[in-house]
Amino acid sequence: MNGKTFFALLSRDAHVARRNILPVLVQNLIQPMMFVFVFGRIMTGSGLLPVAYKNMLLPGIMAITMVISGAQGVAMPLIAEFQFTKEIEDRLLSPIHISWIAIEKIAAGMIQALAAGLVVIPAGWLLIGSGLDLSGARPLVLVSVLLLVAMLASASGLVLGCMIGQTQIGMMFTLVLGPMIFFGCAYYPWSTLARFPILQKAVLVNPLVYASEGFRAALVPSIPHMALPAVLTALVLFDAALVWLGIFSFDRKAVG
Amino acid sequence: MSAGLRTEELKKVYRSAPPMAAQQGFMFGASRGGRPEKKDVEVVALAGLTFEVQPGEILGLLGPNGAGKSTTVGILTTRIRPTGGRAWVGGRDVWRETVAVKHLFGVVPQRPNLDFALTAREILTFHGAYFGLPARESQQRAAELLERFQLAERADQMVRGFSGGMMQRLSIARALMHDPAVLFLDEPTVGLDPQTRLVVWDLIREFNRRGKTILLTTHNMDEADALCQRIAIIDHGRMIACDSPAALKASVPGGWLIRLRFSHSTPELAERLRAIDGIREVRPSGDGAVDLYADRGGALIPAVVGAASTAGAEIHDVHLSEPSLENLFLLHTGRGLRE
Repeated sequence: MNGKTFFALLSRDAHVARRNILPVLVQNLIQPMMFVFVFGRIMTGSGLLPVAYKNMLLPGIMAITMVISGAQGVAMPLIAEFQFTKEIEDRLLSPIHISWIAIEKIAAGMIQALAAGLVVIPAGWLLIGSGLDLSGARPLVLVSVLLLVAMLASASGLVLGCMIGQTQIGMMFTLVLGPMIFFGCAYYPWSTLARFPILQKAVLVNPLVYASEGFRAALVPSIPHMALPAVLTALVLFDAALVWLGIFSFDRKAVG
Repeated sequence: MSAGLRTEELKKVYRSAPPMAAQQGFMFGASRGGRPEKKDVEVVALAGLTFEVQPGEILGLLGPNGAGKSTTVGILTTRIRPTGGRAWVGGRDVWRETVAVKHLFGVVPQRPNLDFALTAREILTFHGAYFGLPARESQQRAAELLERFQLAERADQMVRGFSGGMMQRLSIARALMHDPAVLFLDEPTVGLDPQTRLVVWDLIREFNRRGKTILLTTHNMDEADALCQRIAIIDHGRMIACDSPAALKASVPGGWLIRLRFSHSTPELAERLRAIDGIREVRPSGDGAVDLYADRGGALIPAVVGAASTAGAEIHDVHLSEPSLENLFLLHTGRGLRE
């Protein structure tokens, strides 16, 4: 690997992200924050939902925000750059193996996902108000889940960015991200699906389930959640598979 | 430092539509089984192309759209994987030492592919950074190039609003940022106004004077004639001829081409035309059309008219063309560069 080139590619992405920081933040945070406000504050404040729901909700929102911002942050520019303008060409010609450019994309997406995820905690705190009780007792678990979920988000973005064309972006939201979010156990813990046994098994193919459950295990361990070793194993396996598939499809897409 | 280029029996067959890097560089070949399904379409872009560019030379790849020019550049610049054959830049195998080879060349694409998320200056400095240039040196080189390419005034603007000529100049500046030994220019002046075209030609000549190797693709004969020390004429992914512009032009019998169309063409007419002093070759090309290769142009027309009326044929169209690469291309392929 060529360290200088890798770092230059990464700093180009960081530079572009800094330049677009406001629109990116608005794009990634407004929707989850509205959700936090409506369900975490209005619904619990009016008594429609129990106050404990606040603690169940925030880890899930963190998972959604990270996955969406990381995946979009990698996929959307990639889809555009591979299209008509071929903007990525100059980077593909830089003196580094093509696979390292894919890995750089994953690294840049991870940073973006981590930043978005970490913003959710203070923002959620402000919006949800009293009654939020996050635990800081398991910092190592939190860091591991943060990193694994960031990689999950970013690698999914790489896969989507290489496999989807500009005309299919709408479909990507409707058919991939939509179901992923609603069946990702972000708005409800996985254990609550016990009454729907088929659904409870089916959602296990959705990596967002492990992200949401992982953040619950890290931030509010008192809420029932999936066993931590199972969560971590699943996240590691999804990460490995998506990273491999992402690099493979990037290589195929990049070289004619 | 100077480096040459070499290809050996390069082949490229696309199983689907060619990538954007090589569009305008393909032809439709035989379809397996003749079924109309998309996956059965085979596109033969290169059918065994061998050529060499000496260090410090400007070689022009001349050919019509679809000849395989962009695919050749794509393979030499690590962007398109060949189906067969090998390619070397500076003695290094393009597909075995890809990263080392990437250090050696700069590319000016057919269509500007500038990074729209950056300003003109950033495009240059980030390019420098990708190639490991220290930040200070990168800044300095970028400033020099922006000045020389008359882009300094808009250096800190995003490039989205740049004109085609500005984008093309910036593309060339970017390719020069890391001072490569070899420059690939893929149709560098398509869509440029005549004035900008001359500026680009000057830049190419100046770069070459510093001992750099240039591979230029074009379907513009004047451009090939004006810039290149040697020209390789390719069509359907094959080499047709390769020599200096003067030698190539001299290889056309007589040099001049008189294209005629008669009401009808008979063997007697061909015989009579062949007998005219100054006409070197007569080639009937169907439907009353006859191409005459001759050592003179207009001066032969009265004799041609005489021969036609003796043979009972009426002339419908006459086209005179002075010695040119177009004539050469026509001689070898039976069709014009622009057809």
